[in-house]
Amino acid sequence: MSFFFEVLIGGLLSGVMYSLVALGFVLIYKASGVFNFAQGAMVFFAALTFVGFLEMGVWFWFAFALTLGAMVVLGLATERIVLRPLVNQPQISLFMATIGLTFVLEGLAQLLWGSQPHGLDIGIQDEPLGWISDATGMNISKFDLAAAGIAAALVTSLALFFSRTRIGRALRAVADDHQAALAVGIPLQQIWGIVWTVAGFVALVAGMLWGARNGVQFALTFLALKALPVLILGGFESIPGAIVGGLIIGASEKLAEVYLGPYVGGGIEGWFPYVLALLFLLVRPEGLFGEKHIDRV
Amino acid sequence: MKSFTKALLGLAMLGAAATTHAQNEQFVPMVGYWVGPYAAGGSGIFGGMIDYINMVNARDGGVGGVKLTYEKCETEYNNARGVECYERLKKKGPTGATLVHPLSTGITYSLIEKGTQDKVPIVSIGYGRTDASDGRVFPWVFPLLTNYWSQNTAKIKFIGSKEGGMDKLKGKKIVNIYHDSAYGKETIPVLDAQAKKYGFTVTHIPVPHPGNEQGAQWLQVRQIKPDWVILRGWGVMNPVALKGAAKVGFPRDRIIGVWWSGAEEDTIPAGDAAKGYIAAGFNVAGSNFPVIQDIKKYVYAKGKGEMEDPTRIGSIYYNRGVVHGIVTVEAIRKAQEKYGKKPLTGEQIRWGLENLTISEARLKELGAAGFMQPLKVSCLDHEGGGAVKFQQWDGKEWKVITDWITPDRDLVRPMIEQSAAGYAKEKNITPRDCSKES
Amino acid sequence: MLYREAGQFKASYAEDQQIFAIRQDRIAVGALLVFAFVVVPLVANQYWLSAILTPLLIFALAAIGLNILTGYAGQLSLGTAAFMAVGAFAAYNFVLRVPGIPILVAFVLAGICAALVGILFGLPSLRIKGFYLAVATLAAQFFVVWALTKFGWFSNNSSSGVISAQKIEILGYTVDTPAGKYLFTLTIVAVLALAAKNLVRSSTGRAWMAVRDMDVAASVIGIRLMQTKLSAFAISSAYCGVAGALYAFAYLGTVEPEGFNLDMSFRVLFMVIIGGVGSILGSFLGAAFIVLLPIFLNTAAPLIEHGLGLQMPPGFMSNLELIVFGALIVFFLAVEPHGLARLWQIGKEKLRLWPFPH
Repeated sequence: MSFFFEVLIGGLLSGVMYSLVALGFVLIYKASGVFNFAQGAMVFFAALTFVGFLEMGVWFWFAFALTLGAMVVLGLATERIVLRPLVNQPQISLFMATIGLTFVLEGLAQLLWGSQPHGLDIGIQDEPLGWISDATGMNISKFDLAAAGIAAALVTSLALFFSRTRIGRALRAVADDHQAALAVGIPLQQIWGIVWTVAGFVALVAGMLWGARNGVQFALTFLALKALPVLILGGFESIPGAIVGGLIIGASEKLAEVYLGPYVGGGIEGWFPYVLALLFLLVRPEGLFGEKHIDRV
Repeated sequence: MKSFTKALLGLAMLGAAATTHAQNEQFVPMVGYWVGPYAAGGSGIFGGMIDYINMVNARDGGVGGVKLTYEKCETEYNNARGVECYERLKKKGPTGATLVHPLSTGITYSLIEKGTQDKVPIVSIGYGRTDASDGRVFPWVFPLLTNYWSQNTAKIKFIGSKEGGMDKLKGKKIVNIYHDSAYGKETIPVLDAQAKKYGFTVTHIPVPHPGNEQGAQWLQVRQIKPDWVILRGWGVMNPVALKGAAKVGFPRDRIIGVWWSGAEEDTIPAGDAAKGYIAAGFNVAGSNFPVIQDIKKYVYAKGKGEMEDPTRIGSIYYNRGVVHGIVTVEAIRKAQEKYGKKPLTGEQIRWGLENLTISEARLKELGAAGFMQPLKVSCLDHEGGGAVKFQQWDGKEWKVITDWITPDRDLVRPMIEQSAAGYAKEKNITPRDCSKES
Repeated sequence: MLYREAGQFKASYAEDQQIFAIRQDRIAVGALLVFAFVVVPLVANQYWLSAILTPLLIFALAAIGLNILTGYAGQLSLGTAAFMAVGAFAAYNFVLRVPGIPILVAFVLAGICAALVGILFGLPSLRIKGFYLAVATLAAQFFVVWALTKFGWFSNNSSSGVISAQKIEILGYTVDTPAGKYLFTLTIVAVLALAAKNLVRSSTGRAWMAVRDMDVAASVIGIRLMQTKLSAFAISSAYCGVAGALYAFAYLGTVEPEGFNLDMSFRVLFMVIIGGVGSILGSFLGAAFIVLLPIFLNTAAPLIEHGLGLQMPPGFMSNLELIVFGALIVFFLAVEPHGLARLWQIGKEKLRLWPFPH
């Protein structure tokens, strides 16, 4: 039984890591209706830039600030160069444009910093916590707990930012209805700039944590694929949805791999989350916390 | 605009130049990848190979007076792009492509029939189709040095020696963590056969591509409590596996990796978690070999060279590229013995590859003693070596911990012949009679 | 002047209903077919035939398949490569396990297999819409590749899980030259493209477009949603399946399941979006763009490098190519969101008036 809980807790903690990546998607989707596939590439770009600065001998927090600066510039440039010319285009065109952006970011990151994988040590060891394993025999990683803590802090502050500040309220207005927001005098483009900046910040945090966990390398861009089922399950527009979706996906894919996998030859983690999300959607087609759309003729 | 005119001018000049002095040259296509998830491996291996070729040109004036030329083509590790690169480059140079190193199992598979048809040897060193070691069925394919099956038997031998004898393997538990793909699955039959032979149990646990999440797999390992873990990974899967092992407290010096899991690129991202990890390799790391020193002297000292980051010279991938270069150049040299010192066709090079012998003494002359194993290719055996060295990561670099460990040929060879015969039957190929080959 | 439909009268229903109603179109398509069937095999060298034109046609076929689903019926799919994989592996197994089966029959059966898989993964489209539907096709993408790798039966228990496509034999004649394979591909693609062109203006095609534009409205006017959506999934997947079979048999020869990855699905989707959503011609243009552009960049890169006399760091050009490729995609989407097919339409308008612009 303790093995079951170990798998479950391990899954929940990985789920939080997926949520971190999914958060970036949600932010941008909420504010501009763009499904930003480049979020994975942004995570990679941020992590690689951060490590690049660190390895040049820059002080940790200064490197953080520099990378954040780079992400802000990148976000603003994306908004300006990629998305603004595409305003009012069908969603699918915007989606494809972000895949084009993915290529640009991948090429740019490797062009600037080379193709070598890097290690990243942010001072938290990825080792089991001694007292828990002594007491219960379960292995719970220190790092995963810390990452979960950071994710929780991030979500809470984002939730507060969205609900309590002026900008946050403007953001929600934009998300509700672009034109109405414009009509009441909310500067749309400024808001989008802010959203892309915040998404860049989230990408940096996700990149640091994932980079410390798996090494900073190209495969970070594949994280987008881990975040997709989370998003779909949680609903594209919901921040709590991203967290809850992450927890559900993380826990169930691990449990499925351990308990279901051996019967079919294993390796089912790749598609299981999608099938799970699919079954979920059959019951609730707009995701767990997504907004219900009513079709009218 | 000015630069554009200059570019056009350059284009025209290049065209003119290519036609004037393209006589005494041997062309080697570089069908590789410098971008994408596997760029670290691609750039390292092709960097080493190109540097070696440039060094031979600079030091010896080419092979037998024939200058070696090359052209890079980016495949992005994608089969379709790889085939396009091959088609584009196969006719280049005065005599066409010497041979092709696809450096991707998928592209190798796609090129086997094309190479056979076009008479271009396909050389896959340490990857590709294992049963192509049977040269009777695959005359144009050379999985040189070692293949996955040989390597796996060497791993079990190594584990046996650590346990204190092959008979001690009885009752031991081994877990095979593999990349869930054509590449990863390939060693399952040979491991099963060995498990039967030596009486250990083996559990195969797949990791879905790309392998950036392995919590479930390592928890399974923890539950099985194996004596050893064989890691058959690729790309990001390797450091994540090492981290996963650390997370469940599995000792890293009981994890044995394949050579695609055993480069600096696989351990550095894992940080301290990689310390003690062991991997097989058909080349070793280090830049103290005379051949590497020559590259530094003749290439890098002149401000040239493929590696932007000179610290990568002497890394596992780079040295593997140098091995690719040595094999390529020696095959050309061998073919020149028979056909004369002039640019040779793929067909002539194929003879050179099939009759290639790189003895210990020759390795010494090349400045590569201990750097790679001696090689003896024949019509029957397109592998030619089969041995691997085991190396251990000490947190900073790879340290060699064994001598060359030879494979269990009695086990592997029949499996190869059986598999090759199956392919021959499916494709209606009549295997060559090797006694009639010269 | 050149492209004027004025004065072309239709005197019978048959004339009114032909696929290409305008004489210039008929001449152009006829000329194009003659060119593709006769001139190209004579003129093009082996490299062009086997490395560029054959894959281009195959991808165009896959793009037509996806265009039927996404462009005409409005159902987003990110699983094209999976349906291609089903086609490739099905064709291989039919040829392997049914002795003496004609290759074209195997291809048809492969298309049917892909259609069945398509219907299965299309079922959720009855309830899920828009981007959420992507999850169904993504599930197909990952599940199919996993299943093909996992179960040895599909690859005839080859230890590495790859299949090596059999020789193409038609009436005892073996197609093994690049020109032969090109003509084989071209014939299939031409027939299927004309069929698709015809299909999209039939009642089925009109029902698809009605569903695309607004499915609630479509169901109100009596279009059966289930039948329409599933038929789109089936036919689209069948096209992709045949394209996949061609990919294995006429192009690569040996394929592994991972060859049909998500990246390939995205590439086909690019072809549809860049070529023109809801246009058969666009599928060809988009395929040409996506297949040719990287090759063009890769060929041009060393020439520019040498031409400028610059010694670029290795890998620089590869990365630059990727950046340019991505940037050009964004550029095209921004400049011509309706795709290359729209450019052709504009061209036609111009030709109609030329040389008297007013």
